[in-house]
Amino acid sequence: MMREFQGRVVVPGAAKAEALVTTKGFNTLASFQKSLMKSDLRAICSDQNNPDLFGKALAGKAICLPRTIGSTTGGMVLYCASAMGAAPACLLFSEPIDSLAAAGAILSDVWTESSLPTVDSLGEDFLEYVKEGMLIEVMEDGIVRVEG
Amino acid sequence: MQLTADERAILNGEQGETLAKVMKTMVLYGDVFGASHFVPVESEFGHIVTSFGISVMKPVYSLMDELIAGNAISSQKFTVDPRPMDFKNVPSNLLQNIAFKVMYSKQKVYEKQLQQMGLLGDDAFSCTCYMEEVGNIPEEGQVLSWAESSAVSYANSVLGARCNRNSGIIELFGSILGKVPYFGLLTPEGREATWEIDIQTNNLPEAQLLGSAIGLAVQEEVPYVSGLNRFLGDELTPEVRDYLKDFGAAAASNGSVGLYHVENLTPEAKKQGRGIIREGAKKLTIDDAYLQEIYDAYPDLWEKADAEPKLCFIGCPHLSLDQLHSWKEKIARQLRVAGKKKVAIPTVLCAAKPVLDVFEKRAAAKALKQMGVTFTSICPLMYMNNPLCSKMPVITSSNKLRTYTSAHYLKESELLARITGGK
Repeated sequence: MMREFQGRVVVPGAAKAEALVTTKGFNTLASFQKSLMKSDLRAICSDQNNPDLFGKALAGKAICLPRTIGSTTGGMVLYCASAMGAAPACLLFSEPIDSLAAAGAILSDVWTESSLPTVDSLGEDFLEYVKEGMLIEVMEDGIVRVEG
Repeated sequence: MQLTADERAILNGEQGETLAKVMKTMVLYGDVFGASHFVPVESEFGHIVTSFGISVMKPVYSLMDELIAGNAISSQKFTVDPRPMDFKNVPSNLLQNIAFKVMYSKQKVYEKQLQQMGLLGDDAFSCTCYMEEVGNIPEEGQVLSWAESSAVSYANSVLGARCNRNSGIIELFGSILGKVPYFGLLTPEGREATWEIDIQTNNLPEAQLLGSAIGLAVQEEVPYVSGLNRFLGDELTPEVRDYLKDFGAAAASNGSVGLYHVENLTPEAKKQGRGIIREGAKKLTIDDAYLQEIYDAYPDLWEKADAEPKLCFIGCPHLSLDQLHSWKEKIARQLRVAGKKKVAIPTVLCAAKPVLDVFEKRAAAKALKQMGVTFTSICPLMYMNNPLCSKMPVITSSNKLRTYTSAHYLKESELLARITGGK
């Protein structure tokens, strides 16, 4: 079964990837810092407070989340992950995006060769429906297809 | 966003391609949040979160080079977060030191970039830039372009300045342009409380535990906290400011609270009272049992849960001068009770260099050194980022340090017992 969700485009782009899902705030620094320190381009999530994602590879995945939280290095960390090739395939927010994630997505778009397609305001339904491992397709117009 | 003719000219590249990219970034950023226009940055100084020349963050240094080459320089001087290394005052072994030197091999290069960009001075490295001794103290109502979650929280909540939770790099771009998009915590609506938190504890809660609990509950929203002034009073005394500093840092790192109001205490709560609470605000009561549950649920990331701590960090965010004196009294008292003269675990107090410069001339500093305590102005998080340090059993009074590392956060009484030889 496939479902479609319409969100708002923050950074345009198309992407197709497997879902990783967290229903908790995504702490960008805590999640990426250990992998970035070790130049581990799989970006194994090191956020001990997030059992949904702790220990899982973030790179190349469609990260489905409500919002990001934590240190104000968050946007810069996402920018570095993009520039180094360790970024998720896309960021899909159920809620309106926060200032740190928006900064990371926009910095990646303007200042790197790679892009980090980002859609927000997909709604609570989206986060209730999507499960880890589901295939996600993101369209340029903010439509997100989830194949169960 | 509606741009002025000058802003549009910058966007169109009339002042160079680099500044055009800076402007494009900030316009896109403002557009996402429905900003109608830019407003001028009003504070004398900025504050930058990225202070470390860590070798793997090459994209940041390349970006700095591009900005400097394109003459996109900060329009205001700025302070910056703490440096990462202090071999003299923070215990580390030979291998850890080698790892530090490899990890932070770009430190000198990056500090040169910061100087070219507008660094306030060689001692301008602290997360508590707003300490009197450091001197970056914005005025109430001023618009800032700062990052560092704890500093933004303090500036907004305790000083009544106006600053969004800007990301690293974005804060620098605001200082380069001398303007920031008008949205969020810069607006009166964005500063309204959307959570009402009632504190029903029997005693004053530990600041960093209460901050953690509130941050985890409200995430990025604005809480209005009542019931705290039973313990803190109605005046922003230095002691109360220190409490709020630590409370805010925990709320900002465990959640992403950029502004909080404390009833009858913080500037906007004093002026607007409960009128600052938005209709339909969510409610939460916090009592001692609630805090204990939060405390007990913190994950244990030590390889051996019962390992003997090898190091203790106190001062994340950096301590004030009063807090340094207070820790001296508490450690000395606990040592007397334990019948000992020196701490059992290497203990490091962290504070801004200008604060330590004052403190180290005082008898209290000498007394602490005799107890085996050392002082540093580094960021303990950056120490713990060293893979050879991250595995060490470290204890701390900082909930922020707990959030980002394997360090165990302990309540003050437990921490004091451990560092003076108890369990």
